[in-house]
Amino acid sequence: MSTAFDHPEYNYKVVRQFAIMTVVWGIVGMTAGVFIAAQLAFPALNFDLPWLSFGRLRPLHTNAVIFAFGGSALFATSYYIVQRTCRTRLFSDTLASFTFWGWQLVIVAAAITLPLGMTSTKEYAELEWPIDILVALVWVAYVVNFLGTVAIRKESHIYVANWFFAAFMIMIAILYIGNNLSIPVSLTKSYSIWPGTIDAMIQWWWGHNAVGFFLTAGFLGIMYYFVPKQAGRPVYSYRLSIVHFWALISIYVWAGGHHLHYSALPDWAQTAGMVMSLILLAPSWGGMINGMMTLSGAWHKLRNDPILRFLVVSLSFYGMSTFEGPMMSIKTVNALSHNTDWTIGHVHSGALGWVAMVSIGAMYHLIPLLFGRKAGDMHSIKLINVHFWLATIGTVLYIAALWVNGIMQGLMWRAVNADGTLTYSFVESVEASIPGYIVRTIGGAVFLLGMLIMAYNVYMTVRAAKKEAGNAVAAQA
Amino acid sequence: MLSTFWQVWIVVIVLGSIIGCGVLIQYTSRGQRKEETDQTTGHDYDGIQELDNPLPRWWVMMFWATIVFGVAYLGVYGLGNFNGLLTVEVDGEQVTWTSGNQWKAEVQAFEKTIEPLYAEYSATPVTELVNNEEALLSGQRLFKSNCSVCHGSNAKGAQGFPNLTDSDWLYGGSPEQIKHTLAMGRQGAMPAWGGVLGEEGTANMTQYVRSLSGLKHDADAAAAAAPQYQMLCMACHGAEGKGNQLVGAPNLTDDVWLYGGSTKQIEFTLKHGRNGKMPAHQEILGNNADAKIHLLTTYVYSLSNK
Repeated sequence: MSTAFDHPEYNYKVVRQFAIMTVVWGIVGMTAGVFIAAQLAFPALNFDLPWLSFGRLRPLHTNAVIFAFGGSALFATSYYIVQRTCRTRLFSDTLASFTFWGWQLVIVAAAITLPLGMTSTKEYAELEWPIDILVALVWVAYVVNFLGTVAIRKESHIYVANWFFAAFMIMIAILYIGNNLSIPVSLTKSYSIWPGTIDAMIQWWWGHNAVGFFLTAGFLGIMYYFVPKQAGRPVYSYRLSIVHFWALISIYVWAGGHHLHYSALPDWAQTAGMVMSLILLAPSWGGMINGMMTLSGAWHKLRNDPILRFLVVSLSFYGMSTFEGPMMSIKTVNALSHNTDWTIGHVHSGALGWVAMVSIGAMYHLIPLLFGRKAGDMHSIKLINVHFWLATIGTVLYIAALWVNGIMQGLMWRAVNADGTLTYSFVESVEASIPGYIVRTIGGAVFLLGMLIMAYNVYMTVRAAKKEAGNAVAAQA
Repeated sequence: MLSTFWQVWIVVIVLGSIIGCGVLIQYTSRGQRKEETDQTTGHDYDGIQELDNPLPRWWVMMFWATIVFGVAYLGVYGLGNFNGLLTVEVDGEQVTWTSGNQWKAEVQAFEKTIEPLYAEYSATPVTELVNNEEALLSGQRLFKSNCSVCHGSNAKGAQGFPNLTDSDWLYGGSPEQIKHTLAMGRQGAMPAWGGVLGEEGTANMTQYVRSLSGLKHDADAAAAAAPQYQMLCMACHGAEGKGNQLVGAPNLTDDVWLYGGSTKQIEFTLKHGRNGKMPAHQEILGNNADAKIHLLTTYVYSLSNK
């Protein structure tokens, strides 16, 4: 296995920066998540302070885990993979540096403005227009730098991971800008240019593709590099990657309509969203199959490689939540699940089980290498294993609690007495949800504990690696 | 309705993607191996190779199955200007499925099943039905869904919203009167007298009104306002302040206060007037409204008569 020092021609600085920030923002974002989860069980935890209230911290949590944690993981891995698989240095070091510092600035700006209540009110697009403009600039720089690197590659073909990264960043650029088009009325307030129902439709065209492209296509790019690398096996089927790539990126585009079931959006447009979501099952599973089958002949490695375990379990959660998603989009199922905790559970089986776990696996592979050690050569393999079990148990507790809560809420809301009146008032369903909220908070806290262990392990690894590098220089002298 | 642009946009993307997927599967399957293989495509990216394995058969079948199901679903539920083949029964007629029509159909079907029970309740006079626990429970649930927003889930009201449990009635507490209030609504208007009474007059009148309920008051000020009361207030509240249920004028002698009995609150009432509105529920309650009003009347009646 190679180390960073075998390839002085590549830009590893930006990869190192983003890799470290992945761990940092992961901890920050998940801490916010555990805190607001606890608020649902114990509302007094908002301390009657507006900037600590659920409504303001929830977007802070989602923005931090998706764009700060997930985004840093994507920047780090895509910059790394594109150089390695194209055998060339990044197109521009200046742009790379701009994307790193620009992205950190966006995150800090979000962390200040969201608790202050400055919001455009669109889910996963809450940031106000000046920050939106910065995001757009950074993103366009990212796209140019990535595609520029692909353009100057020394490899004749483009590796499948890079297709996914390219599709993800182009689509996110289009939808982020489209959905955030607005008319500013002051520095901190703007109004969408889209009217009413169209606004909702465009919001979920974006919103579901924050899931489909940011959290799925991008992370499939990570999977396609790190699974075969860590397993030391060839990718199962090139043919399958072609079909599921094109099918995935075309079908995902209009699946967002299922967020607007039973709303003012015309019924047929809701139906279209549902049908697209359903057909998405096979393209989604294509990625899972390709990852899983890559391990055939290497299953024994799971016994003593916790990094590979992270990657494989992430694929299992990916497979599970991409089955659950199409099922929940079916009108009749959605009539029960809509607006319940089931939706939040579903999101987290994807976010914790798939996105976070595949990122964590990739980081454990990558970080030692970036600091001059062999891939996966962390300070403590045992602690990676502890982290693996904490992450798995935390995720299972979390999603199981919200399955129970969600289905219970759906059933309580629709229950009617023989005389046609509602059996339960809304507040009764809230009261019944509290045990689930407590279990979910515990699940989230267990997951977060794993991240703290990771931070310690990373710190010790980097410290040791720096010492080794110092010794090597001294020996040479 | 969406504009033509958005309509075409969505339909083209949806149908285009579905057809595109079918073509893609067929095209990519051509010339693939029959069996699994160790043969790679010959590419090598940073040490990663790709096997030339065929598409898994079960996966391709699943893909086709979702496409067929998806297209059939569009046929059943419609896309763009095409309405879809599914119908539901609304007002005794088969109409095209929409989520609105589905809701109507489900509600109507359900209402039919409870009609016999409602008919039985409606045929029983309120004074008798008040002894039927089941009926009272139904009435209470209807109350919680429709009335508790203003009157509170315990029916004890709030400022501006009458307490329904205290046997004190603005418009009368007989079953007929309650029913009328529920079905047709009420509009209570207390005119603003600030201009007529002036600052001092208002203050004096406040003392007079407090004296009627035997509350602590300034006797001289009250006496000074007495003649004006007989001139301005008597028409509605009566010479002795006992009120008039025909116009919903409150009894001022019972120390029950809709808008509060403090000096400040009474002064405000006198100065600026008050407007109370009980909405008419005949329309709001929808299907079986008569039976629902009958049950609600029974429940409200029971609060003061049990």
